[in-house]
Amino acid sequence: MTASGTFGYGEEFEEYLPLEKLGAIVVKGISFNPRSGNPPPRIVETACGMLNAIGLENVGVERFIKEKMPYLQKVGNKTIVNILGDSIEEYCAIVERLNDVSGICAIELNISCPNVKKGGVAFGTKASMAAEVTRSVKNVCNFPIIVKLSPNVTDICEMACAVQEAGADAVSLINTLIGMAIDIEKKRPVLANTIGGLSGPAIKPVALRMVWQVSQAVTIPVIGIGGISTWQDAIEFILAGATAIQVGTANFVNPNAAEKIRVGINQYLQDNGIESIADLIGAAHPGR
Amino acid sequence: MKQSRVEISANVQLSKSIFRMELVAPEAAAAARPGQFLMVQASDDGYDPLLRRPFSIHNVTSSGEVHIAYKVIGRGTELMSRMAAGGTIDIVGPQGNGFTVNGKHHFIVGGGMGIAPMQFLTKKIVKEAGKPKVHILLGARDKAELEAFNEYYNPISGVDVRLATDDGSFAHHGLVTDLLREAGGEFGAGQHMVYCCGPHPMMKAVATLSRELGWGCQVSLETMMACGIAACLGCTVESTKLNSKGGAYLHVCQDGPVFNEGDIKW
Repeated sequence: MTASGTFGYGEEFEEYLPLEKLGAIVVKGISFNPRSGNPPPRIVETACGMLNAIGLENVGVERFIKEKMPYLQKVGNKTIVNILGDSIEEYCAIVERLNDVSGICAIELNISCPNVKKGGVAFGTKASMAAEVTRSVKNVCNFPIIVKLSPNVTDICEMACAVQEAGADAVSLINTLIGMAIDIEKKRPVLANTIGGLSGPAIKPVALRMVWQVSQAVTIPVIGIGGISTWQDAIEFILAGATAIQVGTANFVNPNAAEKIRVGINQYLQDNGIESIADLIGAAHPGR
Repeated sequence: MKQSRVEISANVQLSKSIFRMELVAPEAAAAARPGQFLMVQASDDGYDPLLRRPFSIHNVTSSGEVHIAYKVIGRGTELMSRMAAGGTIDIVGPQGNGFTVNGKHHFIVGGGMGIAPMQFLTKKIVKEAGKPKVHILLGARDKAELEAFNEYYNPISGVDVRLATDDGSFAHHGLVTDLLREAGGEFGAGQHMVYCCGPHPMMKAVATLSRELGWGCQVSLETMMACGIAACLGCTVESTKLNSKGGAYLHVCQDGPVFNEGDIKW
């Protein structure tokens, strides 16, 4: 899959890879009303990574349905819609609007974006609130629900267990790590938002560790995200317990990264005589 | 495909820190328009540095080569400066929109590395408008920076070329806006167009002066970019109008890099 916020609404990538061969496209996070996002500068490169404070710029649910979904329906791929809100009511309102739209296979709840002042990460850092938003959305949603977890918590397993208990069908992890960069000439933070979300290869070891831990704490599927740039990275996440993986920042670096990873995984399975990738899930765990 | 690994046919050092990389890229060359840019991967493994670098297209040849000019300022450009002819490099592009040639007289204004995209543009304007209608106004920090591009502006006979350096080490001692003001006095009001690329304060000054003169002005902007294909939404500039997504920001990679100056909130 492609990770939300790194693959637009799919059409941006049509010249670079066969979209129909992806497992799913997870679209840019959608709010009820359009959002303009944060002022620039919004991104800065760091060692083997990048910080972003885009601020969830998106077209809003109505324009998404009218202008973006027809393309995704035409591609015929599985579409997972990442949604975000300032309140539980907003999350539910978006889902109710999406319930009858064809071509959607799941909803991913973004409760972990560090770049907005309201909502977002507030839901993702308290287990009781994460559970509450999950439960509320589950009650009104026609699709399976994936809850995307923040790494910026004391115990991510507690969060995963809480949303599983509340009815989540899967969890995806991790979202970005909160970080910052300072311009030493101007003596000011580089990002207009001061803080941003760190992504890219730099965060892979952290993400892998969290997938390893969460996959042993829950019974629902775990989707691994965080610095996956190559097929070898993807195999590591699957061995750590991920049922699926999402490719994020690598899409910016190489717009065909997801396709190269897909092909690489298949080749690895073939070279090692592995019939099903299911045989690899969590295979690095003790006792397997 | 807009992404390809292409051969480096030359990597010429133009001054102490400015280079011209020549790429064998027939598809990109055929598609390119002045003002567009390439996203270039400076590292082989894509890890360090992580992100591609956007470079304006400096020139396109009839033999299918695309040239970029770059200044060594960080790790990515340092790695690029060490790449040799015969090697390969991964590019995405050409990306973005380009300059629109329109006007009675054409004033090409370049500052520092903003001179880079002007060679390709000059060829197009000379072809469409004829040499007497083209005026090249270039400014640089010092003689060395300006001389890096002398292969571009020296051989163009019949074209009005005006040069300036900040430190006075060559040509006019002062700013490129001095040259534009001078040209404004000569040509007066009219349906003239200014095409500008350079440091942000310079472009702001050129945009303001163009407005005073009653001339049109297109600016080519540079911002930090992660992808160059309108997926990251990182390369924003504040706008005076609503963008295609209904927001107050324009995206340099998709809506630009060339804008009418009136669209930018300076």
